[in-house]
Amino acid sequence: MELTREEESALKGEQGEIMQMAYRILVATGEATDAEKLIPIEWAHLSGVNYNTIGDAGEELLSTISKDARVTVKTTLNPMGFDIDNVSNYKLDENFISKQLSIRNSYETMGVIPSFSCIPYEIFDIPKNGTQVAFAESNAAIHANSYDNLKTNKESAFSALASAIVGKSPYSSLRKEDTPNITIQMKVKNPNELTYGMLGFYAGKIGDTSVNISGLGEMDQRQCKAMCGGMGTSGTCAKFIFGEGDSNTEKIDFDEKEMQNVHDELNTAEKGDLITLGSPQLGLDEISDLAAKLKGRSFQKRCMVFLPRTVKEQAQKIGYITELERAGCEILADCCTCLTPLISKDDVDAVTTNSIKGAFYLKNSNGVDVNLKSLTQIVEDETR
Amino acid sequence: MNKILVSGKVEGIVLKSNDPINFLGTVDKKTGIISDKKHPLFEKAIKDTILVFPSGVGSSVGAYTIYSIKSNNVAPLAMICKKADLTVATGCALANIPLITISDEEFLSIKNGIKMSLDTDSSTLSVYQ
Repeated sequence: MELTREEESALKGEQGEIMQMAYRILVATGEATDAEKLIPIEWAHLSGVNYNTIGDAGEELLSTISKDARVTVKTTLNPMGFDIDNVSNYKLDENFISKQLSIRNSYETMGVIPSFSCIPYEIFDIPKNGTQVAFAESNAAIHANSYDNLKTNKESAFSALASAIVGKSPYSSLRKEDTPNITIQMKVKNPNELTYGMLGFYAGKIGDTSVNISGLGEMDQRQCKAMCGGMGTSGTCAKFIFGEGDSNTEKIDFDEKEMQNVHDELNTAEKGDLITLGSPQLGLDEISDLAAKLKGRSFQKRCMVFLPRTVKEQAQKIGYITELERAGCEILADCCTCLTPLISKDDVDAVTTNSIKGAFYLKNSNGVDVNLKSLTQIVEDETR
Repeated sequence: MNKILVSGKVEGIVLKSNDPINFLGTVDKKTGIISDKKHPLFEKAIKDTILVFPSGVGSSVGAYTIYSIKSNNVAPLAMICKKADLTVATGCALANIPLITISDEEFLSIKNGIKMSLDTDSSTLSVYQ
């Protein structure tokens, strides 16, 4: 990698230990991903927030470096493990809560915006076309590259944090013009968000860094998010390019049969003991739509609804939260289905969800079975 | 040597594995001993060795494990891989453990238990006979 004189000096430690560590991470990441240089970024979004995923080692590292480290660009944050407003309703031990609060405190000390959201593209203003950012959350990186005209690698928790401190990121493949050699043709008729989630999951499995995708038609925000979430779960691929691609790309159909394969891989139960909505977290449009669908109806079992705190506050003012709570929803801000400590296999055998990303982690990390259904189907089957 | 991911200069005894290492779950972070019964290096200590293995595998959280073994003073002196994966790269960068990649031929030529020196400034990797 080519470094400027100033970057070399930082790497040697002439700008302090924190800068040296941050540059070491960027150079190691850059070398591993064949970047030839570092480039300035305007926004970093960090993962590595939930104590359930980073554990004591992560908590200790953040506590140590937050004494000196400060972010130098706008930096936002992934969800943590719980919503402080109602954590006492769940069986979380004191140690988890205090370690999670220490992690929150370390990030705040470093100057990070405590957004605790995996949908930064929906709750913050999007910078101008082509802006370089560094997003560690996979669904957010894919959404940024595919829908928001931003450029990001699929960063690791560490390269995103180092990028936030330095204000630069490795210039790796996803930031450059890419011509994928695969085109996925969407052939499934009447798709819902679950279909798009499975399409994303399938694309992530066969794509390398990016894939062409055709035959999509009009999609709403929920469907776009589902597709990005699905892709981020199954591989390293981090960009959809909409269109047929050129004539020499390999054309692969996503048809009923391929969809059934993904469904069979992730759907392991006929029904769930509880329902989760949100992974990615729900935005205001989705909350509004859910409130409308639930008019005059109530859930017959627990339904956990995950959303960013800013969305919760807006939804409260409009009255959606009252409506959702009346229908039996548990409203959880700052956290998400993905890697949640709030669902334990000690209490729950299976969960119903419309999220492919949620399904993958519920199964693989929480060890519970999953029943996949679209939101419309969930409301029809589980409310009265 | 192909790539220098984390620079440094060390001298030590090689501990070599032909299997990849998943730092999350394979290595005890308090003792630096390989705790996975199925791994060929089971019960071997990685402390103060030059750890040679094809690549890291598994969750990126494994980078924190590498940082922890360094904080607990049970880390290798350096790591040498055939392929650079992000978990080992960022873990070694966090912990300031020298990390390089080498060719398949160089990997084959390095034998377990030999004494080696590594200096990334001069890009030299030498074996003591």
